[in-house]
Amino acid sequence: MKHLKPINIKAQKIEQSVDAVDDEDVVALQQQPAGPRPHVPMGCTLSFSPGWEVDAGGGTAGLCQPVERDIYDCYVTCFWPVQVPDHVNYSPDWASNCAAATKDWRNLDLVFP
Amino acid sequence: MTVMLSQRYRRGELHEFEAAENGFIYLVSAGAIFALDEVTKSVLDLLEHGEMDHADLVGALVAAGNEREDAEGLVRELRLVGVIHSKEITPARAPAGPPMDYPLQALVLNVTNQCNLACTYCYEFGSDKIATPQGKPKYMTLETAKASIDFLLESSGNREAVHVTFFGGETLMNFKLLREVVDYANLQASGQGRKITFSLTTNGTLLTDEIIDFLSDNAIGVTVSMDGPAELQDKRRVYKNGKGSYAVIEPRLRALIARHKTRAITARVTLTDGVTDVIRIYRHLKDDIGFHEVGFAPVTASDNQDYSLGDTGMETVLDGFHALSEEWLEYALRGQMHGFTNVSETIGELISGTNKSHPCGAGLGLLGVSPSGDLSPCHRFTDADTHTLGNLETGLDQGKREDFLSRGHVGAKYECQTCWARPLCAGGCHHEAFVRYGDTGHANLHYCDWIRTWTDTCLKIYGTIAARNPGFLEHFAKRKGLS
Repeated sequence: MKHLKPINIKAQKIEQSVDAVDDEDVVALQQQPAGPRPHVPMGCTLSFSPGWEVDAGGGTAGLCQPVERDIYDCYVTCFWPVQVPDHVNYSPDWASNCAAATKDWRNLDLVFP
Repeated sequence: MTVMLSQRYRRGELHEFEAAENGFIYLVSAGAIFALDEVTKSVLDLLEHGEMDHADLVGALVAAGNEREDAEGLVRELRLVGVIHSKEITPARAPAGPPMDYPLQALVLNVTNQCNLACTYCYEFGSDKIATPQGKPKYMTLETAKASIDFLLESSGNREAVHVTFFGGETLMNFKLLREVVDYANLQASGQGRKITFSLTTNGTLLTDEIIDFLSDNAIGVTVSMDGPAELQDKRRVYKNGKGSYAVIEPRLRALIARHKTRAITARVTLTDGVTDVIRIYRHLKDDIGFHEVGFAPVTASDNQDYSLGDTGMETVLDGFHALSEEWLEYALRGQMHGFTNVSETIGELISGTNKSHPCGAGLGLLGVSPSGDLSPCHRFTDADTHTLGNLETGLDQGKREDFLSRGHVGAKYECQTCWARPLCAGGCHHEAFVRYGDTGHANLHYCDWIRTWTDTCLKIYGTIAARNPGFLEHFAKRKGLS
């Protein structure tokens, strides 16, 4: 910090936390923009396919697709490593018993790589 | 696809103050104190009357001669610290309350509810009393005292050190118990590899050389309740027949201060109608009698008690407080400790940056124990049936404790939400609130102005020391065990 000089213990702790802030950090969709730059949330929002997050109001009702679709967006179309099995390399059959996630999600099982 | 989002900034919740020709802010959401530079001050001035767009704010800073990059950096810094907020972000909420299994740190043992004095303003016996001691034990038994020590050690988690305060009534009317329980407590604590420290509050009338030596040998801190020189002391600190107590305690206090070598000896003064000459009282107790520290508190009273401090009385008190606080500052700038406790305590809290969820530790790290073994939030609620939080035999009543703590949480006090002094005050004494408003969770609105003025005074002292003799704050923090 250049302009504020901390003069008590609490202020020093704040200084440490501010110095530790990395501007390139991921910003969740429902967080308000933190800086002057454009707010580009991580996830699939820009392709109008909201990922595992909630919408900008903090709910799930306004997503472009039902939240249940997340699982396939992560499993099938997303290149980003996520918390579901990997369709391309290791678990091509993971969702074969789950035709409609809203009904058949119980058929999805854990994968032990 | 990108969308440019425009930020609008406003000032965060701050209390600005000046000291030693420097500008400072007290950040209310955290209790943090920062010194400001000129350009930061100009940002606060720009936002004084409303909000500004990010571009306008940076533009104004650039127009004032700052490099754009520096201006952006400054805005970022102020935003991250919380000095300015963008409109969309909701302000910080009150600090969360501690968990319900918060380990005990201290117990106040009311070793007796009997007293040999009859001070007219006493909260335990006077007209505002909430205690209902009828039919209950008058003196704590050794069994109850031992059970209290066991309870404290069991309920204090893995704290290395715990503390016991002996209280009354007049504490020394049960000195026999005190002596035995100190031995017992030391034995139990050392058996667990832990430490236990002690203090007591007394009116001083029953001190003897033998007692003083015991207190000194066991490093028992002593606070003497007394109101000043003879004519002020004898106004309200009287025996049941009306006779004043000054002549009795004076030689005993001198002996106490001369013989007790292990802990600071403190006087605690209750300010009442006609007992408002803070400076005279301080000089007498500090310079003449020789107390190491002297602390003052206005009497707790419901409206219309004849001993209450009226508005003019309170003004006199505040004038005295300010004169003494200036003296405190002069001492600090010379690197010396001053004995005016009211400043010392606030400075200690400002060093840490305390941000309280509750005004004090009552019901949290501290509990009171009555002679009957009933637990209460603190010594001021001892023997008050409506405030009992359980009993040593049945344990702490978590439901009642939770009720007490949720009422007393600063976030539950509406008036406190817009007050910048809430990190230190948190609404003030639970007991005083009950006496005044009938609810322990009510903010003590009758002294808000006083608290704000006082906190501002202490912040200015703090800022001046930080600017002119910062080493003193480190020394002070070390001495008080804050760092």
